[in-house]
Amino acid sequence: MHLTLEFGGGLELLCQSTKIHSVDVKPKPGEDKLAMRDLLVWVKSNLIKERPEMFMKGDSVRPGVLVLINDCDWELCGSLDTELEEKDNVVFISTLHGG
Amino acid sequence: MEEGGATAKPRRATGRLCSTCNQRKAALKRPKTLEQICRECFYSVFEDEIHNVIMDNNLFKPGERVAVAASGGKDSTVLAYVMSELNRRHNYGLDLFLLSVDEGITGYRDDSLETVKRNEIEYGLPLKVVSYKDLYGWTMDEIVKTIGLKNNCTFCGVFRRQALDRGAALMKADKLVTGHNADDIAETVLLNILRGDIARLSRCTFITTGEDGPIPRCKPFKYTYEKEIVMYAYFKKLDYFSTECIYSPNAYRGFAREFIKDLERMRPRAILDIIRSGENFRTATSTKMPEQGTCERCGYISSQKLCKACLLLEGLNRGLPKLGIGRARGTNGLNKRVEQRNLRPERTGSSIESKQCGTLDF
Ligand SMILES: [Zn+2]
Ligand SMILES: [Zn+2]
Ligand SMILES: [Zn+2]
Repeated sequence: MHLTLEFGGGLELLCQSTKIHSVDVKPKPGEDKLAMRDLLVWVKSNLIKERPEMFMKGDSVRPGVLVLINDCDWELCGSLDTELEEKDNVVFISTLHGG
Repeated sequence: MEEGGATAKPRRATGRLCSTCNQRKAALKRPKTLEQICRECFYSVFEDEIHNVIMDNNLFKPGERVAVAASGGKDSTVLAYVMSELNRRHNYGLDLFLLSVDEGITGYRDDSLETVKRNEIEYGLPLKVVSYKDLYGWTMDEIVKTIGLKNNCTFCGVFRRQALDRGAALMKADKLVTGHNADDIAETVLLNILRGDIARLSRCTFITTGEDGPIPRCKPFKYTYEKEIVMYAYFKKLDYFSTECIYSPNAYRGFAREFIKDLERMRPRAILDIIRSGENFRTATSTKMPEQGTCERCGYISSQKLCKACLLLEGLNRGLPKLGIGRARGTNGLNKRVEQRNLRPERTGSSIESKQCGTLDF
C-alpha cells in the first residue's frame, strides 16, 4: 500500500531531518488490512532513527503528537483502529518542541 | 492550500459533518469541547475565543504600542498572526510590532530569526531584535563557555525574561504579549504545586502580570489549547520553527509536561481544570504575597537588592559564574553557600512562568 507520511513540529529530526516520506507498507501476514496501529509499529522500526520515545508511548503515539489522516484529525476517524487506504496521506506533528 | 489535495478523496465512513455548520466535513476534534468541527468553523471559533478573552479582560487600550514576543516557534508565530488579524478586524487601534531576542547561540537563532523575519513580511509587523550581547555584554555561547553546560538553563530563563522587558522598554512599548498557552499555564500551576511555591501558584494564572512595573505582560492564549494552536498553524500553513534548544532542557519541567499531556489524552478538560484550580488558589492566599521591590541596579522587579539577572551578571563579570545559581531551598552545599550570601531568603528560580530553555521560547 502506497502512503505518504509527513513529519513535522520537530519529529522530522527523528528521521534524519526528512519531512516527507513516500513509502510502501504491507499489511501483516495473513491480514488484508492495514490499521494505524500497525503503521505506527512500522514507522517506529523503519523510519525513526533515534529517540523513538519521542514518537511512541505504549502502542500509540506519544501524547502531544498530533496525527492527521488526509488532513483530518485522526481522533475523528478511529485513532489507532483507523484502516488505511491506498494513497492515504498521514501527518505526524509534535506539539512538544519549541514555542 | 485550502481544501483539496488528499482531502478530496471520498473517504471511509467517517466523513462526519461539522457540528457547527452541518455542511462541511469535520477536520478536527476540539479538545476543549470535544466538538467535531470543520476548518472554517474552527478558524472562526479559535479567533473569536481569543478576541473574547482580550475583550473580557480588557487586555488593551486603543493607541497602545504592543510588542509581540516572537521566537519563531509555533505559539508566537500564531500569536503574531492572530493579533495582527484581530487588530485589523476589530479595530483595536494597537501599534503592534514583533520583538525577538537573539541569545547568541550559534546555529540556533540563525534559523529561527529567519522565520521571524519572514513573519515580519507576511504579517506586516515591524521587527525589533535585541541581542544578549547588547543587553548583558555576553552571548549565550560565551556564558556556556564560562560556566559549562550544566547550569546554563538558569541563565537562559532569567536573561530571556528580562531581555524582552528591556527590549520592549527600549522600543517604548506599553505592553508585551507572549504566546503562553493553556498547556503552558497548567504545567506552571503543577510545577508551582510540586515546589510548594504558593505565592507563584497564585500569580501564574494571572492573564496580565507586571502591571506595577514598566511593561505589563499579557497572555491572550491563556485558555487556548496547544493542540489547537498547532492545528491552526498547520491548516493555515503558518511558517514556524521547531527545534529544541541545543543546550540541555529542563528535565523536571519536561516531566510535568508529559504528565499534562497524559491527562489531556484521558480527559482534555483537565488542562482548563488545572488552570481554574490555580485561579482559585489565588483568592485564598492573596494576603500572603511576598513584597516586591525593584533591583537597585537595573530597576527590574525583584524581592532582593539585586535582581536575579544582575546577580548572575555580577558572578560572570567577577569570574564567579556560579554566583546566583541554585534555588533557595536547594540541598547541596553550593546552594547553601549561595543562600547565605543573599540577605533575605530568596525567591529564586525566577519565573518558572517563563519557559525555560527546553523550549527556548521567551
Ligand atoms: Zn463548520
Ligand atoms: Zn537588576
Ligand atoms: Zn538553554
